Amino acid sequence: MAKNSSSPVKSRAAGRRSPLASVALIVIGLMSTGGAYALFTSSATADSSVVKTQVVEEGAKLYAANCATCHGLNLEGSGTGPSLLGVGAAATQFQVGTGRMPLAASGPQAPQKPAQFTDAQVNALAAFVASKAPGPAAPTAAQLTASNDPAKGAELFRINCAMCHNVAGAGGALTEGKYAPSLSGVSAKYVWDAMVSGPQNMPVFNDNNISPEDKANIITYLKYLDKTPSVGGYDLGNLGPVSEGLFIWIFGLGTVVGITIWLTAKSN
Amino acid sequence: MGASVLTTATRSPAAPVEESRGSRFTGWAANYVDERTSISGLVKELGRKIFPDHWSFMLGEVALYSFVVILLSGTFLTFFFQASMTSVIYDGSYAPLKGIEMSNAMQSTLDISFDIRGGLLMRQIHHWAALLFIASIGLHMLRIYFTGAFRKPREINWVVGFILFILAMAEGFTGYSLPDDLLSGNGLRIIDGLIKGIPIVGTWISYLLFGSQFPGTDIVPRLFTLHILLLPAILVAALGIHLVLLVINKHTQFAGPGKTNNNVVGVPIMPTFAAKAGGFFFIIFGVIALIASLFTINPIWTYGPYDPSPVSAGTQPDWYIGFADGALRLVPPHLEWLWGPYTFSLNIFLPVVVLGLFIVVVMFYPFLEAWVTGDKREHHIADRPRNAPTRTAIGAAGVTFYAVLWGAASSDLIATHFLISIEGVITTLQILLIVGPIIAYFVTKRICIGLMKKDREIALHGYESGRIVRLPGGEYIEVHEQLDPYERWRLISFEDYQPLMVRPNAKGEITVAQRVRAGLSNWFFEDRIAPVSRTELAAAHGDAHGALEGDAGAHGAIGH
Ligand code: HEC
Ligand code: HEC
Ligand code: HEM
Repeated sequence: MAKNSSSPVKSRAAGRRSPLASVALIVIGLMSTGGAYALFTSSATADSSVVKTQVVEEGAKLYAANCATCHGLNLEGSGTGPSLLGVGAAATQFQVGTGRMPLAASGPQAPQKPAQFTDAQVNALAAFVASKAPGPAAPTAAQLTASNDPAKGAELFRINCAMCHNVAGAGGALTEGKYAPSLSGVSAKYVWDAMVSGPQNMPVFNDNNISPEDKANIITYLKYLDKTPSVGGYDLGNLGPVSEGLFIWIFGLGTVVGITIWLTAKSN
Repeated sequence: MGASVLTTATRSPAAPVEESRGSRFTGWAANYVDERTSISGLVKELGRKIFPDHWSFMLGEVALYSFVVILLSGTFLTFFFQASMTSVIYDGSYAPLKGIEMSNAMQSTLDISFDIRGGLLMRQIHHWAALLFIASIGLHMLRIYFTGAFRKPREINWVVGFILFILAMAEGFTGYSLPDDLLSGNGLRIIDGLIKGIPIVGTWISYLLFGSQFPGTDIVPRLFTLHILLLPAILVAALGIHLVLLVINKHTQFAGPGKTNNNVVGVPIMPTFAAKAGGFFFIIFGVIALIASLFTINPIWTYGPYDPSPVSAGTQPDWYIGFADGALRLVPPHLEWLWGPYTFSLNIFLPVVVLGLFIVVVMFYPFLEAWVTGDKREHHIADRPRNAPTRTAIGAAGVTFYAVLWGAASSDLIATHFLISIEGVITTLQILLIVGPIIAYFVTKRICIGLMKKDREIALHGYESGRIVRLPGGEYIEVHEQLDPYERWRLISFEDYQPLMVRPNAKGEITVAQRVRAGLSNWFFEDRIAPVSRTELAAAHGDAHGALEGDAGAHGAIGH
C-alpha cells in the first residue's frame, strides 16, 4: 500500500525535476506514507518518545494495581504467578487482551474471559512489560497482512497446529484437563501473539520455525475458515464423525422411527 | 394389487369394457411376462405374505432402502472417482488447497465436491445413507434380539443378518478410506497398526495389504475393488439369502388375540403393504436427501490430503467403527514384552481379541441360548422383553459394553465439552467397561421381574380404578377394573420354562458338559414368574370376587 501511493508522486516528479530530485522525492514520499501508515495502524509503536513514556507510565500504574500481586512489582514473579521479564508485548497483549489475565481462579489452564481492559490499556500494559526487558513484540498491521496464501497457511496449520487445535480449528483436549481452544473468531493479532509467545501449553513458534510471512499465511487461512460458510451445509460444530454419528442416531434414525410408527399406526 | 391384476387379466381379457387404455396395457404386459415366466405364482405367494403391524418390524426395511440409496449414489460416484494414488498438484476451485500436492483419489473427490454438478450432494447422500444404513441395521438387530425373534427356526437368518452387519461396517470403512484425506489416512494407519500388532505374521500381512511400507501407493485401488465390487457382491448375495429366509420363515408377531404360534396375522403385503412400502422407500430416500442437503458430512477439504506426519486432534472414525477405536483408547498401557528377538505387544492385540470374542458371541448367541435352555421348539411369537428376563439382562449388559467402548472413542470430546480431564474420562470408562455391564445385567433383570409381577397382578386382579367404595359393613375397598380379554391375552400368553435337569446319558454317565449346561440353564431360569394359569384366572375371577375386590383378595402364587 505504501508503495502504491508513492507511484503517482514518482511519475509527476519525473516530468519536472532532475532525476536526482525525483529519487529524493521518492524516498521522502515512501518514508512519509510508510511512517504515517505505521503510526495510524499500530499504537504500540507510537513514535514520539514523550508519548511512549506516558504510555509506559500508565501501563506501570495499571500493572501495579492489577498484576503485581501475582507477578511481583518488578515483574520478578511470585508464588502465584511466573516472572514476566522477557515475555514481551506479544504475550501481554494476548493474555490481557483475550481476558485470560488477570487470572481469576487457578485451574488446569487460565480460561478466556471477557477482557477487563480497553485496547489502549492493554497496549499500555504491553508497553510497560516490554520496557522492562526485551521480548517478542506485538504484530503491526502490515505484518498481519504481509502475505495471503491460504493454501500454504492451511498446509502449515495441518502440520504445526492441527494436532492440538484440530484441522478445522475446532479445538481439542490435552492432558490433565488442559485443552487447546477453538480458533474460530479469534482476531488476527491474537493468533500472531499466540504463535510468538506460546501461551501456557502451546509451544512457541519463532521466526525460524515459521517465518513471518507464513504466520500471515496461517492467519489468512484461519480468517478464510471464519469468513467462508461451510460448503456442504451446516457443519455440526466441525467435530467430525462424532457429531455426524450422534446426528444420524438422534435425528436421522429418530425421524425414521417416527415415520415407521406413523405408518404402522392403526388406521381410523 | 399386482396379483389381482394378473389373474383378472389372464382369465377375462374382453370382459371389463370400462377398463382404461392404461390398465389394458398393464394387463397385456403382465400377461406377456407371466406366460413366459410363470411369475404370477411367485407374486401371489409374495402377495399373500403377511406383514405384521408393529413399527419395530420396519427397521429392516429402513436398512434395505438406505442400501438402495447407497447403491444409486455410489454408482454416480464411480463415474467420477479415480482410485489412484498417483500424486498430482491440485488446481480445482477450492482456494485453500490450490497448488497442494495430493493423490489423484483426493483430487477427484474434491472435484466431485466442488466442480461436478450435484457431486457434493451425491457424496453427502452416499455417506449419510451409509451412516443411516448401519444405524438401522443396529436397531433392527436389537429388536430381533430383545423379542427373541432369533430362536428356531430363525437362527440361521440371525447369523446371515449379523454377517450383513459386519459387511456393512467393512463397506463403510473401505469407502471412508477412499478419498485419501488426512482423517481417513489416520484411520488406515490405525488399521495398519492393528494388523502389525498380530504376533509373528502381522508385519507380513501389513506388507501384503499395502504392497509396501505403509502407506504405499496400492491401498486405495485395492480398497476400491473391495468397496465397489467384492464386498457389494457378497453383501447383495447375503441380503438375498436373508430375504428368502425371511419369506420362508415369515415374521414373528407379538402375542395377541388370534395370533398363535401357527399363523401370522397382519396385512398381506399385497396390496396395502406394497403400496405403503413403495411410498416408504421414497420417504427414506427423502429423509436422507434432506439431511444430505442441509448438513455437511466428511468435509475432506478441511482435513486436507493424507500425509503421514500430521494427526489432527479429535481424529475419530465413523460411528460404526467407534467401538474398536474406543477399545484401543481404553486398553491399559505397558502391556508389551520382549521374547528373544520378538516384541509381543498386547496393547493392540488384546482389544482385537476381546472384540473378536464379543463379535463371535453375538453372532452365535441363538445357538448358545438354545443349548442352555434345551429349547428345540419353533417360535413364531415374539417375546415381550420382560418375559425373558435373563436374555433381556444379557442384552442390556452387551449394549452397555458396546456403548462404553463407543463413548470411549470420543473421550477427548467428552473431556473438552464437559471440562474434565481426559485421564479422568479414560479411567472412569475403563471401570465402567467392566462394572457397567454387570450393573446393567442385575438392574435389567430386576426391572423385568418387577414388570412381570405387575402384569400378573393386573391379569389376575385388574387395574386399580381409583374408585373407593364403602361396603355395607363399613369396610372401604378400591374397585379394580378388569381387563378386556384381548388385553389380558397379551399379558398372560407367554411360555414357561423350567431349568434343565442333569440327566445321565445313554451310557448312564453324567458328563461335565451336562453339568455345565444344567448349571447355566439353572442360572438362565432361576428367577422367573410363571404365567397366569387358567385355573388361577378362574379362581381370581370366580363369583367370590365379582367386580369388587379388596386388597385382601387372594394373590396368585408367584413362582421362584
Ligand atoms: C491471580 C494471579 C495473577 C494475576 C492477578 C495476574 N496474573 Fe498473569 N499469570 C498468572 C499465572 C499463574 C500465570 C501462568 C499461567 C500459566 O502458564 O498457566 C500467568 C501468566 C501470565 C503471562 C504469560 C507469561 C508467559 O510466560 O508467557 C502474562 C503475559 C501475564 N500473566 C500477564 C499478566 C498481566 C499483564 C496481569 C495484570 C493485568 C496479570 N498477568 C495478572 C497469575 C496472575
Ligand atoms: C501443543 C499443542 C498446541 C499446538 C501445537 C498449538 N497450540 Fe495454540 N494453543 C494451545 C493451547 C493449550 C492454548 C491455550 C493457551 C491459553 O489458554 O493460554 C492455545 C491457544 C492458542 C490461541 C488462542 C486462542 C484463543 O481462543 O484465544 C491461538 C490463536 C493459537 N493457539 C494458535 C495456534 C497456532 C496458529 C498454532 C500453529 C502454528 C498453534 N496454536 C499450535 C496449544 C497448542
Ligand atoms: C453398504 C454399502 C456401502 C457403504 C456403507 C458405503 C460407504 C461409503 C463411504 C462412507 C464413503 C466415503 C464417502 C465420502 O467421501 O465421504 C464411500 C465412498 C465411495 N463409495 Fe461407497 N458405500 C457402499 C457401497 C458402495 C457401492 C455399491 C458403490 C458403487 C456402486 C460405492 C461407491 C463409492 C465410491 C466411488 C466412493 C468414493 C467417492 C467418495 O469418496 O466420495 N459405494 N462409500
